[in-house]
Amino acid sequence: MSLGTEQRPFDPTDLRATGSARWADPLFRTISFAAGISVLLVLGLMIGSTTLDALPVFQYQGLVSFFTTSEWNAGSSRNELTGTYGAFAFIYGTLISSLIAIMIALPLSIAVSLYINRIAPKRFRTTLAYTVELLAAVPSVVYGLWGLLSFTPAVLLPVSRFLSGYLGDVPVIGRIFEGPVPNTNYFIAGNVLAIMILPIITAIAREVMAQTPADQIDAAYGMGATDWEVMRKVILRRSFPGIVGASMLGLGRALGETIAVAMLIGGQQRWGISIFFAGQSMAGHIASTFQDAAPETVNALIAVGVGLFVITVIVNMLARVLVWRIGRVAGDAAL
Amino acid sequence: MSATLSPEREHLSLRTIDPYTRRRKQRSRFVRGLLLAAMVVAVIPLFLILIEVVRRGWPAMGWEFLTQVQPSGRTPGGGYVHGIIGTFYMVGFATLISVPVGILAAIYLVEYGRGPLTGIIRFFTDVMTGVPSVFVGLFIYALLVRQIGFGAFVGGLGLSVMMLPIIVRSSEEMLRLVPEDQRAASAGLGARKWQTIMKVVLPTAAPGLTTGAMLAVARAAGETAVLLLTALGSLQVVNQFQGQPIASITLLVYRGARQPFAEGQQRAWAGALFLMVMVLLLTLSARYISSRSRR
Amino acid sequence: MTDPDPESALDARPGLQKRTVYEMGTAPVSAEVGAAVFDVEHVDVRYGGNLAVRDISLRIPKGEITALIGPSGCGKSTLLRCLNRMNDLIDGASVEGSIFYHGENIYAPEVDPAEVRRRIGMVFQKPNPFAISIYDNVAFGPRLHGLKKGLDDRVEKALRQAALWDEVKDKLNDSGLALSGGQQQRLCIARAVALEPDVILMDEPASALDPISTLAIEDLMRQLRGHFSIVIVTHNMQQAARVSDRTAFFTVDMQKGIRVGELVEYDRTETIFTNAGDERTEAYITGRFG
Repeated sequence: MSLGTEQRPFDPTDLRATGSARWADPLFRTISFAAGISVLLVLGLMIGSTTLDALPVFQYQGLVSFFTTSEWNAGSSRNELTGTYGAFAFIYGTLISSLIAIMIALPLSIAVSLYINRIAPKRFRTTLAYTVELLAAVPSVVYGLWGLLSFTPAVLLPVSRFLSGYLGDVPVIGRIFEGPVPNTNYFIAGNVLAIMILPIITAIAREVMAQTPADQIDAAYGMGATDWEVMRKVILRRSFPGIVGASMLGLGRALGETIAVAMLIGGQQRWGISIFFAGQSMAGHIASTFQDAAPETVNALIAVGVGLFVITVIVNMLARVLVWRIGRVAGDAAL
Repeated sequence: MSATLSPEREHLSLRTIDPYTRRRKQRSRFVRGLLLAAMVVAVIPLFLILIEVVRRGWPAMGWEFLTQVQPSGRTPGGGYVHGIIGTFYMVGFATLISVPVGILAAIYLVEYGRGPLTGIIRFFTDVMTGVPSVFVGLFIYALLVRQIGFGAFVGGLGLSVMMLPIIVRSSEEMLRLVPEDQRAASAGLGARKWQTIMKVVLPTAAPGLTTGAMLAVARAAGETAVLLLTALGSLQVVNQFQGQPIASITLLVYRGARQPFAEGQQRAWAGALFLMVMVLLLTLSARYISSRSRR
Repeated sequence: MTDPDPESALDARPGLQKRTVYEMGTAPVSAEVGAAVFDVEHVDVRYGGNLAVRDISLRIPKGEITALIGPSGCGKSTLLRCLNRMNDLIDGASVEGSIFYHGENIYAPEVDPAEVRRRIGMVFQKPNPFAISIYDNVAFGPRLHGLKKGLDDRVEKALRQAALWDEVKDKLNDSGLALSGGQQQRLCIARAVALEPDVILMDEPASALDPISTLAIEDLMRQLRGHFSIVIVTHNMQQAARVSDRTAFFTVDMQKGIRVGELVEYDRTETIFTNAGDERTEAYITGRFG
C-alpha cells in the first residue's frame, strides 16, 4: 500500500530555504525596523524643520532677548523680519498657569490615590479609578467650552472675586491676588488645567502606591500604626520618587496644553504678577494669533513653539526617568 | 541574658487609651474623611461636564444638526455636517497611516529589537507622547502647509503624528502579553518568524491592539490645536483631499464657543455633545474589549 | 468527633478556675495553664463567607512559648493573625467567637485594633525591615507611639534583646536591607521588642532562612522566653519540639469538599511528641501524613 509519498535519499540541501521563504523573513524584519525607526525620524524631522524656521528669529531678536523681554509687536513682512519678538509674557503665562494647576492637582491626586488604594472598599476601587481616568478622555476643546461658558461664571469667578476681595489688600502677598478679576485669567486657566491633569497624575500615583509591598504595610500595622501613619510613613515615603515623576508628567501636559488654555487664560500679550491677570501662554498665543499672522510672524510663532517644545521635553524626560523604575504605566490616562 | 521572668507588669485595659494615642486616632480618622472629600471633589467635574454638555447641547442636537452646515451670524438652526465629515475624513486617514506603522514599530520593539536602539526608540516614543499638540501643528505647517497649503491630507498627517506614539506604546504592551510558549509552539511546527507573528502573535494580541487603536482614534477625534494649524477650518462641506481648508467638529466648537451669539454657542454645545458621545463610546468600548479579552 | 458544648456562652469571661476548654485530647491541658495570656473561645474565621477555621478554643499561657503546628491550610497562621487582629486588614475576613487577652475580649467593638497590635507584637514569615536605617527601623514603633524619651537606650536594649547589637552597633545608620536574611529577621524581632509588647506572635519566622540563621532565631526565642509570651506558627516539627513549651496541633478537615482548619490536640510539647492522644497527631508527627 502506497501512502503517496515517494521515499528518496536525504539530500543535505533539503534543509535550505527556497523560494519566498528565502526573503520573506528578512523583508518582514526590514519593514518593521523601518516602522520602528520612523518614530525617531518623525521626531528628528519635527525638531529639524521647526528649528530651521525659528533660527532666523532667534538671531534677529537675540536668544536672550527673545526669552526674557516681553514686548511682542508682530511684523507684517513676507520675507524679512521687522517686528519685535520678546516672548517672556507668554513663557510667564505658561509657567504660572501650569504652576497653579499642579498646586491644585497634585495634593488632590495624592489624596484620591490614597483613597482608592487604601480606603475605598475593594469592589469600588476599579470603578472609582476608571471614573477619574475618564476625565482624560474629555477633549480639551470641551474643557475650554465648559470652562468658558459654564464653570467659570458659576464657580471660578465667584471664587476668584472672593479670594481677591479677601487677600487682595494683605500686604506683600496681596499683589498676587490683586483685582480686578477679568472673566478669563491665569487662575481660571490653571484651575481647568488642574482638572485636565488630575487623571494623569492619579493614574501613575495610584500605580506607584499599589506597588508598596504588602509585608511592609503589615509590619507597620503590626506595631499599632493608624491608617494615616501607614500611608504617611510607609506608602508615601516609598512612593515619593514615583509621585514626583507623576507630577512632572502632569506638569508637562499642563505646559503644552493649548486649546483650553487659549480659551481661558485671557489673551493680553503682556504679563502681570496677579494670578487674576488676563495674560497669555506660549501655546495659547500660537493658537490665537496664528491665523492672522504674516509670514515673518509665523516664524516667530514657530520660535515660541520651539521654546515650548524644549521646556516640555525636558520636563517629560525627567518624568520618564523618575517613573522608569516602576515600569511603564499602562493606564489610558498616562498615554 | 538571663531567663528570669520580667517583673509582673500590670495589665492595662485595652480601652484605656492615653491622650497621645487618642490624638493619633483622631488624626487618622480626620485624614480618612479628608481623603473621602478629595475623592468626591475629583469626580464632580466629570459629572458637571457630562450634565452641562447634555443639558445645553441637547436642544440643538437633531437631524438638522447632523445634516446641515452652519448658517452665518446669529441665524438659529443649521448644523455641523461639514465638521463631522471633516473629522471622519481626517481621523480616518490618520488611522490608516498610524495603525499599521504603529503596530509594525511595536512588532520591531518586541520581536526583533535588542540592543540600545530599542531602548532609544522606546524612550523617544514616550517623549513623543508628551509633545504639545500645537507644536505638532507647527511642525506640519513648517514642513508641508507652506508648500502645499491647508487641507485634509496635512490635517490627517498631523493627527497621525499624534496617534503614532500612543499606538506604538499600547501595542508594545499588548504584544508583550502574548506568552512566549505560543511563539515556541508555532516555531516548533516549522513556522517562520513572520508567519509566527502574523498567524499567532497578532491574532492573540488582537483585542489589545484594537483597544490601543481605539484610544488613539478617540484622542485624534478630540484634537483641535493640530488641526487649527493644518486644516484651518471651513464653512462648507469639503471633499477635496488636499489644497482646500477643511472643518472639523473641534474647530467649529472652538470658534462657536467664542461667538457672541447664543445661537452659535448653542451649536458649539451640540458639537461638544457629539464629540463626547463619540469619544466616550470609543473609550468605553475599548475598555470593554480589553477587559473581556483579559478574562 | 465530639462537638464542644454549644451552650457555653461566648461572652463568658473565663476565670482562672480549672475547666476544660477543649475536650479532644487525652489530657485537657487547660487544667494546667495557670496564668493565661489568651483565652480563645469557639473562634470561627471566614474569608468572604467561606469557613476557614472552625471552632477553635484554647488557652495560651503567659511567659511560655506556644507552638501552632499542622499541615498547610490547617488555619494555624489564620488563628495567629486573629490574636492581634491582623485579619481585620483582609477584605472579607470575619471572626466569630471571642479571644480574651488578659480577660478582655479583643474583638469587643470598643477595642481599637491598633491598641491591640501595640501590645501584641508580630514577626512575619519573610523578614520585612523598612528601607530605612537600622536605627530608624527599631525606633519606628516607639516613635509611632510618641515614646521619644530615651530612644537611643530603647533601641540599644531592643537590639541587645534580639542578639543583634554586637553585629550592628557600628553601622546603625546603614539600611536595614543591607543586612543578611537572618540578621534582617532579628532586626524585625528587635523592632517588635522595642515597643515592649506583652506577647510576640511569630508567623513561621525562620521559614525563609538558612539552617544556621534558623538556629540563631531559635536560640533567641529561648532567650526571650519568660520576658514575653511567644506564640509561634511553624511547619517544622523539630522546631516546635526544640523551642516550645506547649504545642497545638491543627489539621484540615475535608468534609464535603471544603477545607476547614480544626484544632486536634493541645498539650505540653513533650506529651504531644511522645504520647499524642490523637492518632492524627501521631501520624503527622511521625511523618505518615501531611
